[in-house]
Amino acid sequence: MKIEVDHRAGLPGVFVRQNGKVRINAGTLHYRELNNMVKGAAAEGLEEIELDNVYGQRYIGSGIRRPVRINIHGVPGNDLGAFMDGPRITVDRNAQDGVGNTMNSGIIVVHGRAGDIVAMGMRGGKIFIRDGVGYRAAIHMKEYRRHVPVLVIGGESQDFLGEYMAGGLVVVLGLGKKGKPKLTARHIGTGMHGGLIFLRGEVEEHQLGKEAAAEPATASDLELIRPHVEEYAGYFGGSADEILGSGFIKLFAKSHRPFGGLYAY
Amino acid sequence: MKSYILPQYLVERDDYRCIRCEVCARQCAFDVHWYDDEEDAVFADESKCVGCLRCATLCPTNALVVRHNPTQIPPNANWTREVLHNIYKQAETGGVLLTGMGCDKGYPIYWDRIVLDASQVTNPSIDPLREPMELRTYLGAKPDVVEVGRKGGKPSLETKLTPQLRLETPIMFSAISYGAISYNACESLARAAAEAGTYYNTGEGGLHRNLYKYGDHTICQVASGRFGVHADYLEVAAALEIKIGQGAKPGIGGHLPGEKVSAEISRTRMIPKGTDAISPAPHHDIYSIEDLAQLIYALKEATHWEKPVSVKIAAVHNAAAIASGIVRAGADIVALDGIRGGTGAAPTMIRDNVGIPIELALAAVDTRLREEGIRNRASVVVAGGIRSSADVVKAVALGADAVYIGTAALVAMGCHVCQKCYTGKCNWGIATQDPYLSKRLNPDVGARRLVNLLRGWSHEIMEMLGGMGINAIESLRGNRLRLRGVGLTQEELDILGIKHAGS
Repeated sequence: MKIEVDHRAGLPGVFVRQNGKVRINAGTLHYRELNNMVKGAAAEGLEEIELDNVYGQRYIGSGIRRPVRINIHGVPGNDLGAFMDGPRITVDRNAQDGVGNTMNSGIIVVHGRAGDIVAMGMRGGKIFIRDGVGYRAAIHMKEYRRHVPVLVIGGESQDFLGEYMAGGLVVVLGLGKKGKPKLTARHIGTGMHGGLIFLRGEVEEHQLGKEAAAEPATASDLELIRPHVEEYAGYFGGSADEILGSGFIKLFAKSHRPFGGLYAY
Repeated sequence: MKSYILPQYLVERDDYRCIRCEVCARQCAFDVHWYDDEEDAVFADESKCVGCLRCATLCPTNALVVRHNPTQIPPNANWTREVLHNIYKQAETGGVLLTGMGCDKGYPIYWDRIVLDASQVTNPSIDPLREPMELRTYLGAKPDVVEVGRKGGKPSLETKLTPQLRLETPIMFSAISYGAISYNACESLARAAAEAGTYYNTGEGGLHRNLYKYGDHTICQVASGRFGVHADYLEVAAALEIKIGQGAKPGIGGHLPGEKVSAEISRTRMIPKGTDAISPAPHHDIYSIEDLAQLIYALKEATHWEKPVSVKIAAVHNAAAIASGIVRAGADIVALDGIRGGTGAAPTMIRDNVGIPIELALAAVDTRLREEGIRNRASVVVAGGIRSSADVVKAVALGADAVYIGTAALVAMGCHVCQKCYTGKCNWGIATQDPYLSKRLNPDVGARRLVNLLRGWSHEIMEMLGGMGINAIESLRGNRLRLRGVGLTQEELDILGIKHAGS
């Protein structure tokens, strides 16, 4: 095994190469320096990049178009995987705002919670958040042909989940609460004109945006989300059958032309 | 319900000249004209006429005259024909009034109250036909200081410059999305920009795959809907523009109605066919200047810091303070769109009542950025009612680095500013997705007409510069001493930063 160790061992920016893998000590590096190193490693064709001591560096995973694995140890900054097209990112703690902003393909797995606007404008790929997320998750998520983005939230979401949603699939598991979870988010699916949201547990009519319709998920609906719930359980543990067995509500758009009749022609 | 709206236009047909060729009937997508073979006569339903003059222009015998309907509503300075017709339309439909193109209200056009200087006797004028004249313009952040060293006995630039756009003339084509205009119109703009050494702007509707080859002359827009924004789109662009607002509809979003989302539009915007393409009013990742900075740097990071990033806003009351924030947020270009800026569709009340004239916004922004010592950190591009080369010269002297032209470019391609873009029935093949209509605009001809326009304007700019004894557009930039106001109040002069003529 060939190991190169930077002589500044222990300082930010240490770059260790090891069998097609690198370790970078992010520390107090500026995001631009860190991302340059990550992009450089990806461009070399390395398959796996370990980032240690990540302290809020932004835009990790942006501008890389290879299915490289990026394992983040620490808390990445805003816009993790913004405009991302390919990488597979794992975060071992919480993530901040804008995870997967306008993401095109790839996978992001967060072993913790994430902030606001997770999956904003996302068009492809998958995001798995072990715990809850902040406001406006999946806002304006969309889909196009084979590109159907998937967001699985293990805990709860805050208000305006799926606002303006135009496509894609969102699954909120509401785990971590005893019995059947009761969601507290309001304005869910406001302005929704495409895509599907599955919520485990109960939701009242007044919590929904007026453009969203709700009905109990059918067996075939559950088959649609099964692979994603199984993938979630694969990352974070738990039993997909148990989760799927406890009843979901399906939200969908009442119309894909919500503003069709608004204007005087 | 019987409509109380009187026809806006009358179509008069000279029966002696009419040869029953039916060109008018075939050309009108609004179905105004029809031929009755029993009577061997051509008739018109004037209530449908929008006044685009396609029929009159193509009539081979000049048999058609389209004119305003002279029928008077009872004279009243408040309750004008337009006001009444708007109310009738809303009483009949219950909808929001829609319109196209820029504000047509009579707000002062300051370009027409500003005159240019010329040299007489001293500082002699320059003849651009004989002497070199530089219109080349670079857009992007300029360094605070330039360090020049020597390498091998030759001077070399030590300062590392940030990415710049190089324009051969300080005129670019404004953001107009595929969806608002036809594919042929987009191709015309792209080819003209490439040929003339300038840039066109995709607008927020993505970039058609066939137009990627003009990427070096393309500014790709990222708006709140993020339509068609993906890695290839970001990579192919010469520059990126974050669209915050638009002069025709400051503060509101927009949407392309589902019926216009054809297979090709769906492919380009990357949304399903037939669904409304909704652009929310704000970007939901931008609620502050700090958030704006975050998106600017996200785009820079995603494109490896190789492209300038522009931020476009509508000119509103606090444009100067907002522009300062935009520059401090790291934008390389600030684009300002005034109240007369065009649109494919906007609520009439918004278009006609929100925003400020671009001349005032430009002067205020340039002054503010200079006062704060950050004018060099971004270029300023203005849009919204640039109608001629004289407007361009005045804009540059007021402080603009370059201008965007939208309406003027469409007019060059045949637009008659009938303001019915939102119907999608443009008889000139521009603001439509109907293949029968859009093939009327041949991209060879469209591109030629646009290049001709830029060529003519560029020559005129050189003449005006030469007349002032200036041989580079750079020497005119922000040179407000070469401007004088005519018939303006002291307050207007102060905002514009110019003197009154005669002083």
